[in-house]
Amino acid sequence: MTVSALLFASYADVLGRRSVALELSAGATVADALNEIRALPGGERLPAQPLVAVNLKYARATQVLASGDEMAVIPPVAGG
Amino acid sequence: MRTALVSRPLIPSELLAEVAAPANGAAILFVGSVRELNEGRSVSGIEYDAYGPMAEREMTAIVREAVVAFDTPHIVVEHRVGHLDVGEASVVIAVAHPRRAQAYEASRFVIEQLKRRVPIWKREEYLDGSREWVDPTAGPPVLPAVLPSVHP
Repeated sequence: MTVSALLFASYADVLGRRSVALELSAGATVADALNEIRALPGGERLPAQPLVAVNLKYARATQVLASGDEMAVIPPVAGG
Repeated sequence: MRTALVSRPLIPSELLAEVAAPANGAAILFVGSVRELNEGRSVSGIEYDAYGPMAEREMTAIVREAVVAFDTPHIVVEHRVGHLDVGEASVVIAVAHPRRAQAYEASRFVIEQLKRRVPIWKREEYLDGSREWVDPTAGPPVLPAVLPSVHP
């Protein structure tokens, strides 16, 4: 299945891109997706447990992903 | 109640007017703006980036929580994205309530939750030409901001 992952701010900088399409096995979790992202060039600079959102909601690493989900890896927020 | 993520300059007085109602005895206007000095470095401007759809969703959720917790529908929030110069407003929160105590508390609640939950990022641009993403979780001194590495 395909899950798109969005990258922002400092994370987009270290990976050199703002999104990536991930090919994952059925039943894959957020943690599995993060491992795929970490395997990309620059991905080793992501923190151990970054904040993640799935379909616009903050999600746990154990959440199971579905085909077509939009995942986002969220750097420390700094609004205001 | 209303929230918006916008790329145009914010006009605080318009938000204040928006929350006005005869029942309200108090109105609080919070304006966050770009300051010229951060962590001892001279700032020339800030670039704000956001995960737009989620930022709108979280801002709406926060204001809904405040509407319930502080019992007033008169809360309006706008956050700006894009490039801002020093002194320009990045966020405006207007709250009106029959009583001042609840108005102050609701305003404080909204800005604190916004800073904690809404996926917005800022990259400071310094007078020396360098620029860095701000990481509020990396207590001072934070410069240069580097991501934790998984390698020793």
